[in-house]
Amino acid sequence: MDENLRREIILDHYQNPKNRETVTDEKYIKVNSNNESCIDNINIYILVEDGILKDIKFDGEACAISTSSTSIMIKNLIGKTIDDAIKYINNFEAMVDEKEYDEALLKEGIVYNEIYKQNNRKNCALLPYKGIKNVLNGLKNQKNA
Amino acid sequence: MNREDFPMLEQDIIYLDNGATTLKPKSVIDKTVEYYEKYSANAHRGDYDISYKVDQEYENTRSLVKDYIHAKYLEEIIFTSGATESLNLIVRGFFTNLLEAGDEVLITQSEHAANVIPWFHLANTNGICVNYIPLDDNHYVTLENLKKVITPKTKVISLAHITNVIGDIRPVKEIAEFAHQNNIFVVIDAAQSIGHIPTDVQDLDVDFLTFSAHKMCGPTGVGVLYGKKELLEHVEPLILGGGMNESFDNEHEVYFKDLPTRLEAGTPNIAGVIAFSEAIKYINSIGLDKISEYEKKLRKYLVDKLIDIPYIDLINIESDSGIVAFNVAGIFSQDIAYYLNKYNICVRAGNHCAKILKNEVGVNNTLRVSVYFYNTYEEMDMLVELLSDRDKILKEML
Repeated sequence: MDENLRREIILDHYQNPKNRETVTDEKYIKVNSNNESCIDNINIYILVEDGILKDIKFDGEACAISTSSTSIMIKNLIGKTIDDAIKYINNFEAMVDEKEYDEALLKEGIVYNEIYKQNNRKNCALLPYKGIKNVLNGLKNQKNA
Repeated sequence: MNREDFPMLEQDIIYLDNGATTLKPKSVIDKTVEYYEKYSANAHRGDYDISYKVDQEYENTRSLVKDYIHAKYLEEIIFTSGATESLNLIVRGFFTNLLEAGDEVLITQSEHAANVIPWFHLANTNGICVNYIPLDDNHYVTLENLKKVITPKTKVISLAHITNVIGDIRPVKEIAEFAHQNNIFVVIDAAQSIGHIPTDVQDLDVDFLTFSAHKMCGPTGVGVLYGKKELLEHVEPLILGGGMNESFDNEHEVYFKDLPTRLEAGTPNIAGVIAFSEAIKYINSIGLDKISEYEKKLRKYLVDKLIDIPYIDLINIESDSGIVAFNVAGIFSQDIAYYLNKYNICVRAGNHCAKILKNEVGVNNTLRVSVYFYNTYEEMDMLVELLSDRDKILKEML
């Protein structure tokens, strides 16, 4: 991927993140993600209706990689079923962990395909995925129970 | 100055995180190795030559510490693992027994976690109140503000001598004088001041003072608790075991040794304590007045340049220490730290363990530059140059 394009996409999502908004509506499930070793701290708000991720918002303070990664993740998850969302998340995590992954599923998430080269920033890219994955797995188990 | 004494500085780095820990001169490193290579025995045993040597070296450090902070008695110097342990020891081993529900401890919102959380714990378990002395517009503590908030319930004032983000030097002597007129104990966290400005516990007349060796060119894992002898006598040991007991029998009767040993159970960090002596000698050889003067000049040089960069928000324009806290508008502090790291510049981003300071300064996170005597004007120029080009930061920080 062209380095300038990669930088442009990440900076755009950092400086003008999509869906950044504090939510007070109790229909939304709130989940906090923070990194133990750094100061990133993000809240994600998820509205699930009929097994579909109808809406997702976030707020908080985080670095360029975490913020842009959250913005891109949310953009790609809105409208997905719980199962498809988990699939997207697993695929993204596989990419960051240098395992086999499906490039076509990732859309703009592909901008982090070389983040493994900066070990200290891998967790930044993964930050938003940690919290939301727990929530979605919980909902999936509820449905199956 | 004295850069040639620091092996770390042979690397191509600009180290500006001295508030977190300082670099070690060769003499400190050599002394650590000397213990392990030449007389690696336990302390307080003394039955053979090398063990006797250990005792001599270990107690020699105590004597150097006593002189360094101008304590009256040797037994007022207790070795701990660091300032954090020292603070915990007096809060949990002394004030827990002394304070009653409703008694008040005054701190400020710019204290480090080590001077906050032990008090919160006591508030949660003993029902004491922890309140804050309001800070002035520069985020300083003033005697006037202290006078406004003390009540008959105030029993302790616990403050950093120099704070770790704002870097202000507190008027400890005036505070202690006023506190003692009102029968209030004074605890001073000297972690950020001990290697930077002279400390005279008798002149300041503080009741307890705590610090870590590693913030004054010494090894990690060594700290000091100073307390007035008549108060230390009443500190209950939190750690019980070997070395600190006089005798014990089958009936569970235990007799403790006298100070300072009573508060130093188990095998201590012998190598660390012994090597700490070289750090004290080293700092004395330069002189704290000279160190302090140099840091102030270096800081002013940096601040005068940073202030001209329009998108840099300085949190503490004025400060008598070597600490500068700031933000680059619109860019998260950690991204700046990553960017500077690409040029081998070490600065700290975050809340610096002062997590309630945000209520005071209005921002959660900052970049912190903390200088020491081995930093140079050229290093400040390099830092300023890198911060002077916002487009370059945005381009290279990822």
